[in-house]
Amino acid sequence: MDATERETKSWNSDCISIENNISSVQIKVLFFARAQDLTGLSDLPLEASYGSTTEDCLNKLVAKFPSLEEIHGCMVLALNEEYANYSIIVKDKDELAIIPPISGG
Amino acid sequence: MADEEKNLVEILEANNLIDMAKYITYVSAPQAGAIATFAGTTRDTFEGKTVVELRYEAYVPMAIRCIKSICSSARSAWNLHSIAVVHRLGTVPVGETSVFIAVSAVHRADALDACKFLIDELKASVPIWKKEVYSNGEVWKENSEFKERRLELGKKDGVCSRGEVLVKTHDRKTCCGTKVKVDDEEIADISAGK
Repeated sequence: MDATERETKSWNSDCISIENNISSVQIKVLFFARAQDLTGLSDLPLEASYGSTTEDCLNKLVAKFPSLEEIHGCMVLALNEEYANYSIIVKDKDELAIIPPISGG
Repeated sequence: MADEEKNLVEILEANNLIDMAKYITYVSAPQAGAIATFAGTTRDTFEGKTVVELRYEAYVPMAIRCIKSICSSARSAWNLHSIAVVHRLGTVPVGETSVFIAVSAVHRADALDACKFLIDELKASVPIWKKEVYSNGEVWKENSEFKERRLELGKKDGVCSRGEVLVKTHDRKTCCGTKVKVDDEEIADISAGK
């Protein structure tokens, strides 16, 4: 791949990222219940480097909001409305939810 | 042709009372000999403290997905006709119903077992939270069912409940053994249990 190829429009976002040298993704983070109390926010845009995992994003959030440590050990994550483990790679426009211990019913 | 699967899942915004009759009517069917229901209501004490009210919030789109997934799991484990699950958000005062489940089936064992499964799974995996409000404070509650389930969530692809893993081996007996009247008027008792 040479430099001129970077300007070529491509067919999918992965190709665009590599060829245009985009190095970050933008996701939306949702905070619920205790997490909302601790951060004072219901949602937050987050920029993460390309290839970041859900865990990388969580670590960024805890660094930004140290009070989240209170629930760090007992919360779970959801990505695009499905429970997610810590090793899933986030994509641009993903929705990451911080899920404190639930108590429905 | 398979029967159309009737699942009704609702998350009600604040200040909407649950109309239980509506959901019982929804699951009723001529073929269904049994309707099992569960109503969760706000109780007035917790560990000796007087509860003023409960306040619920939810990650609504994911909660609906999860409940639908739990309904699918229930259908794979029991022979069910219709399912209705409704959960209120906002303030639910003492004595009022916050969650209501109705399940219909041909036979009562399926309806009753599925009803228990649905509420147990809801409490283990659906992203709904309640805050318990006392006269001198408030605290976010944590379901013990979630604590037990927490490490498993996210391990299965996109499933909110344990799905097929949870299917217990249970007897799928019909509740009434079939009695067959044969031509010479003997009655043969055939037990259909497996």
